Amino acid sequence: MSTVEETADSHDEHDDDHHDHGEFIAHHFDSAEQQFDSGKLGIWVFLVTEVLFFSGLFVAYVLYRYHHPEVFVDASQFLDKVLGGINTIVLLFSSLTMAWAVRAAQLGNNNFAGKLILITMICAAAFLGIKAVEYSHKWDLYILPVSYYNYMEGYHPEAESGGIAGTLHISKWLVTLSMLPLLCLTLFSAGAVAMAATGKRLMAQFMLGLAIMMSGYFVGAFAGQTYQNWHEANLEAEEHAGDHGHDGDHAGDSIATGPDSTSERPPQIGVFFSIYYCMTGLHAIHVIAGMAALSWLYFRCLKAHFRPDYFGPVDYVGLYWHLVDLIWIYLFPLLYLIN
Amino acid sequence: MSATPQAQKLFGHAEENNYLKCSSGIKSWLFTLDHKRIGVMYLIGVTFALFLAGVFALILRSELFTGDENFLSEAQYNQMFTLHGAIMVFAFIIPSIPAALGNFVLPMMLGAKDVAFPRLNLCSFYLWMFGTAFLLTAMLTNGLDTGWTFYTPYSITTTTAVIYATMGAFILGFSSIFTGLNFLVTVNTMRPKTMGWFKLPLFIWSLYATSIIQILATPVLGITLLLLIAERVMHIGIFDPAYGGDPVLFQHFFWFYSHPAVYIMILPAMGVISELISVYSHKKIFGYSFIAFSSVAIALLGFLVWGHHMFTSGQSQLVTLVFSAITFSVAIPSAVKVFNWLATLYKGSIKLVTPMCYALSFIFLFGIGGLTGLFLGTLSTDIHLHDTYFVVAHFHFVMVGGTLTALLGGLYHWWPKMFGRMYNDFLGRVGCFLVFVGFNLTFFPQFVMGSRGMPRRYARYDPEFEIFHQASTIGAFILGIGILLAFAVLVHAVFFGRKIGGNPFGAASLEWQSSSPPSFHNFDHKIHMNAPYDFSAMVYDEEMDTYIQRDFVTPETPEVPAPEPTKA
Ligand code: HEM
Ligand SMILES: [Cu+2]
Repeated sequence: MSTVEETADSHDEHDDDHHDHGEFIAHHFDSAEQQFDSGKLGIWVFLVTEVLFFSGLFVAYVLYRYHHPEVFVDASQFLDKVLGGINTIVLLFSSLTMAWAVRAAQLGNNNFAGKLILITMICAAAFLGIKAVEYSHKWDLYILPVSYYNYMEGYHPEAESGGIAGTLHISKWLVTLSMLPLLCLTLFSAGAVAMAATGKRLMAQFMLGLAIMMSGYFVGAFAGQTYQNWHEANLEAEEHAGDHGHDGDHAGDSIATGPDSTSERPPQIGVFFSIYYCMTGLHAIHVIAGMAALSWLYFRCLKAHFRPDYFGPVDYVGLYWHLVDLIWIYLFPLLYLIN
Repeated sequence: MSATPQAQKLFGHAEENNYLKCSSGIKSWLFTLDHKRIGVMYLIGVTFALFLAGVFALILRSELFTGDENFLSEAQYNQMFTLHGAIMVFAFIIPSIPAALGNFVLPMMLGAKDVAFPRLNLCSFYLWMFGTAFLLTAMLTNGLDTGWTFYTPYSITTTTAVIYATMGAFILGFSSIFTGLNFLVTVNTMRPKTMGWFKLPLFIWSLYATSIIQILATPVLGITLLLLIAERVMHIGIFDPAYGGDPVLFQHFFWFYSHPAVYIMILPAMGVISELISVYSHKKIFGYSFIAFSSVAIALLGFLVWGHHMFTSGQSQLVTLVFSAITFSVAIPSAVKVFNWLATLYKGSIKLVTPMCYALSFIFLFGIGGLTGLFLGTLSTDIHLHDTYFVVAHFHFVMVGGTLTALLGGLYHWWPKMFGRMYNDFLGRVGCFLVFVGFNLTFFPQFVMGSRGMPRRYARYDPEFEIFHQASTIGAFILGIGILLAFAVLVHAVFFGRKIGGNPFGAASLEWQSSSPPSFHNFDHKIHMNAPYDFSAMVYDEEMDTYIQRDFVTPETPEVPAPEPTKA
């Protein structure tokens, strides 16, 4: 009787205490191999569900592009190929470091794996920073989902935004979007200091890692905004020089210019941006989930959990991360590179 | 003949270290990772959903007793049938057999200690709770009046709590995906090396096929509902025609999930029936591989027929034709199963105990439900029958007559395993009889009404339909009493039933090799591999009042012929 009770208890709590004795095989598996195979099959099946989850959006995309090809051609020119391209490179690079981290974990090199995972995390955050610049720029111009879409040719948001944001040439939306990362950065830094002060080295290191990850966001946002300002200035200069031929700025004169007199409906171009925001937004949520999973891996690397016969979690999260990357690889040409 | 001492220990009455007693306290249940306890919790949950939505059904039927307003306004009627449908579909019938019975039985049938991902399993249960809570929130706030199908554009414009309800369905969808993922991996990696694909019980095959559908179809529902929420919150113009969206696209997305979902409902039921028919005929299942492959065939073909719900929604003629043709082909694997069950019954030594009564009524009712599906899949007749009570009757024959009947049959079959007690078989059969009679009285008149043009989802009707509606209402109450009785008999058994040994019905699949109720780790001894339908390997031991394996009987006693059929 008592033995059964013991097994039951240890079963219920094995999440907490199995880390201690370095034995990571759950009780219901016969072998490490069986556990690894189960996890691997599980994650692959999960990725299938993820692909199908996105499939609805891809179908919507295909349908609307089929029915309104001209709208897609025009609208995609509002998307900045350079920022999108940089983001593609950032994610590709993060996939590389992720794959490398899997290898390092497989070799039992927790230290190196942890560093590679940290780089991956920074890339993820930087991606979001750049994305935030892109979003905020569009929101300034009222390039929004169809029901709010209200873009006007020649409208300059700077005229409106006062305060620090205005003087620094930063979109007020970017400031808003950056609040949460800023809060996280502060909390994690403070946490790191507090942990270090109380002598909890491991936690301090972990918090520091998280803070470094969050600063990745600001690196991305800063780089993105700098480019954006430079680009704007260039365009303005061109405009002043009387050169009206720039295709990026005057694309789709007829369709892109807000609700006009001929029809009551908002312009079809808004649907493109609905789809754009749904797809990239859902992708961004997956990036954030990935950051959470990567942080967990980072923590376990600090605890030196991984060994040649136990590195499943790194492998599984790695596969997930590659999928997130892969989806972006599809989104980028489909949305940005239509011309 | 006498059993070896070892067998006495293994198959005798349950010791007290079983999974129900091995730890106690509310926490030991709420945080359990044991698939058996999670299965029991799921069972309690889905039964709650069944009773709640069942009460709605009775209210609806009472309102329909006459054609004029009795006590529900039109608006209230709309809300009532929507909540009835949504709760029944998303919170009850989809999780019912897989998550409750399957969770309990599947790992044991594989001889495993648990499912592959116990924590995911618990997570799935809590998602079920959250999802159902959202549905109930919708009910308690603004209600919901879109029908369980959430068709746009009405679902975008109605003032009822569409967002809560779709969030609920979304979360329940993930609960279902996680169950499916878990089962699929468990079947692949957790069975013993010697257990090949064709040594799996057919219930496992059907759960496996179900898992495939859950994994492939449910994410599409997820994104659809998410887009619907986005559409309501900020009008993204994908489904909303006011902003250039396409409402028919919503129907395509919705049925791309929901047609496969009807197979999520029926496939596990078919698996249960395969077990019951074979065990209670005490005869090897006929056409094992045909039944097994027909499950997979149904799962795959089920993805190609969603358009038959949209014959009148303005699809092109060519598309309609193709969908109609494929719809017919889905009926083939279903029929293959029915033939095989009938062939199994033939010359079997049939025991008309409660589970078998349910199994037989399943075959009858599912037969009618499936055949009327063909009427609906035929283009010319569907134009007439679409959105009438004929459709209502069709899907209730397959969902209630099929899945609910199989769930009850399965519960009666595995109840002694789950709780170690025997129910009152006579009252069980009375319950089954009431369910059968009540069910037919409720839904058969609806076929007649439907074919005479009574539209579905109407709160009022013309006097010519009154007689059918009244029969239907009376039937519904009989059905309700029958279901109540069925559950009452089961609950009574848990507390007062006669204690029973490990294998009271002489079944050969592995779950019966545990004690009843099973111990925490399922099996106290090394599993004795035998073919799931080889009943000749089982002999009845009077002393222990249970079937045991022939190998456990001491050899010096002369063989006593077990109560098994004459081998034809
Ligand atoms: C034997 C194969 C089956 C065929 C050929 C078939 C065919 C059809 C067709 C053509 C319709 C559309 C009717 C209309 O709206 O005009 C339909 C509706 C429906 N069927 Fe089936 N069906 C079959 C089996 C099942 C099963 C096994 C289930 C569930 C367990 C099921 C559940 C439903 C439901 C829920 C609806 C109505 C959905 C709604 O509009 O609310 N069917 N069926
Ligand atoms: Cu269908």
